[in-house]
Amino acid sequence: MRLPVLLAALVAVATCTETFVGHQVLRVVPKSDEELQTVQELQDLEHLQLDFWLAPRGLGSPVDIRVPFPSLQPVKAHLEASGVSYSIMIEDVQALLDEEQTEMLRSSRQLPLTTNTFNYEAYHTIDEIYSFMDMLVAENPNLVSKLEIGRSTENRPLYVLKFSTGGTKRPAVWIDTGIHSREWVTQASGVWFAKKIVQDHANNEGVASILETMDIFLEIVTNPDGFAYTQTTNRMWRKTRSKHSGSICVGVDPNRNWDAGFGEAGASGNPCMETYHGPYPNSEPEVKSIVDFVKSHGNIKAFVSIHSYSQLLLYPYGYTQTPAPDQQELHEVSAKAVAALSSLYGTQYEYGSIITTIYRASGGTIDWTYNQGIKYSFTFELRDTGRYGFLLPAKQIVPTAEETWLALKVIMEHARDNMY
Amino acid sequence: ELPPSHFPAARAAAVAVGYLRYLRGGPGRGLQLRELRRARRQDIDDVGHKYDLELELEDVLDRDRTVTCTAEVVYHLGNKNTAPDVQVTVQGELRSTEEADQEFYNRIRSLEKELEAENIPDSHGNIPPELEPILLLAWVASGYVIWRNSTENTKFHLAQVKHVKQVKRSDEDLQFDYVVLLHEMVSQEVIPWEVTLLWHPRRGGRVSR
Repeated sequence: MRLPVLLAALVAVATCTETFVGHQVLRVVPKSDEELQTVQELQDLEHLQLDFWLAPRGLGSPVDIRVPFPSLQPVKAHLEASGVSYSIMIEDVQALLDEEQTEMLRSSRQLPLTTNTFNYEAYHTIDEIYSFMDMLVAENPNLVSKLEIGRSTENRPLYVLKFSTGGTKRPAVWIDTGIHSREWVTQASGVWFAKKIVQDHANNEGVASILETMDIFLEIVTNPDGFAYTQTTNRMWRKTRSKHSGSICVGVDPNRNWDAGFGEAGASGNPCMETYHGPYPNSEPEVKSIVDFVKSHGNIKAFVSIHSYSQLLLYPYGYTQTPAPDQQELHEVSAKAVAALSSLYGTQYEYGSIITTIYRASGGTIDWTYNQGIKYSFTFELRDTGRYGFLLPAKQIVPTAEETWLALKVIMEHARDNMY
Repeated sequence: ELPPSHFPAARAAAVAVGYLRYLRGGPGRGLQLRELRRARRQDIDDVGHKYDLELELEDVLDRDRTVTCTAEVVYHLGNKNTAPDVQVTVQGELRSTEEADQEFYNRIRSLEKELEAENIPDSHGNIPPELEPILLLAWVASGYVIWRNSTENTKFHLAQVKHVKQVKRSDEDLQFDYVVLLHEMVSQEVIPWEVTLLWHPRRGGRVSR
């Protein structure tokens, strides 16, 4: 039922001084001249303070009356005494107004209508990011598509954006953000990357040349359950939200759950710890879906997993001191990527293998991807170095994404120019 | 000699910075590490591991300047409950914060109701400007906790001030009861810690609990 104009007018009034608690809106449909007269009599009874939303017009036309609470009993009695039937259209006008108010407030924070009006300088909810993805696809159907590669523990869809100018299973670059849910600058950067890819392609610059021969896959919210939890309950949540039997503690570290040195030193076997590796490799659907995707695609040439914070660019291994066979090349690419990153705002990064630069970590993403043969496997730890840590101010999102993008381009270009 | 990009040097540097924040930090001075320039490690028999560091620091309230500092951090063998020994020498002068400190002190002393706040910064990284000095005092307090509780296998950062409550005192010190969240990098745990800081513009800060 919609009475938008009248309701809006009431809202305007309600927000000022009057209240409509207990007021009801009654509808009468006069079926005889007597009934019509009974209703018209009501119009003359000023002391009842009736407000005719639909005035009496004739037989068969509805008459809607807003009746203030004190007048309810006399009005109903008057109608019943004359045998005039009525229905209650609105049981409590104030309740409806309150609902409308809430709805209006909510719609003033409405989702933007295009990816050009999306606010890249703010942190967003999962719904807003998923809506962004759909808009991006709708605006660029020849370049972008959305794939669902699986479902999280709490049954949230795991979406990957595919950027492709054609071909069949072209050599590809994979980028994921938000695998650790509290690292908010990463999901926010992922959104910016998505838009940047589209813009570069439209302007035939930047990664447009890479897209001529390669596809880009981007998973922005890699751990949606954890992300939702950081928004509703615990801003510092890192892991997934799975429950494995035998423990009251929740969650597995998705960056210890991969099948590379699984369970060895550098992860915890305690379900209550932040680096809990899980009961077995790929126990987490968030991880398994990527594993299945990578294996079935079979042609991914560069894999980048993005974290925060510490300002580091890392390559394998984390689970062993043994240097990766391609260590020298990876080290050189890292040096170039970090130099490109620094060139924009002077942000300083360190780089090296995981185990020498940050700590021993087993069951990690890029150790697995590297062992699968994806030579250019890198992990970023984005801004900052601890001043804000996970709570990076939103105004640093875009600068962080911009500088990181320069490093990502170095990696992508190197992969393209050194096809294997 | 240690590569600055390797983690053992970075962990020792974090201890030195925590110690320095405790000693020299205040509501008008927030020291942070700009760059770890050099690091050396020496194993001393029957004592432990000694790190010699050359650090470049900046004040977050005065980022155009940096100050160089040398530090020595000794992690003791065996008893893991002993805090590392730290010595720090600042080369040159730190910017004076006398005026800002006195202003802050007067402002807090004149509050009718005891200051109380939570979640600094908030989830989006925002800090209300009037709470910036409270956060910097949390750096002082957590600097102490980090120094006293660090080992070669830990690296702590202050993740967030979960809660702070001022407690009015009959003497001249300001007292702030903090609950801070410390992020430990190696285990990735975020650990709540209660710490009480007493602070005075001339005497500086000290942890009482």
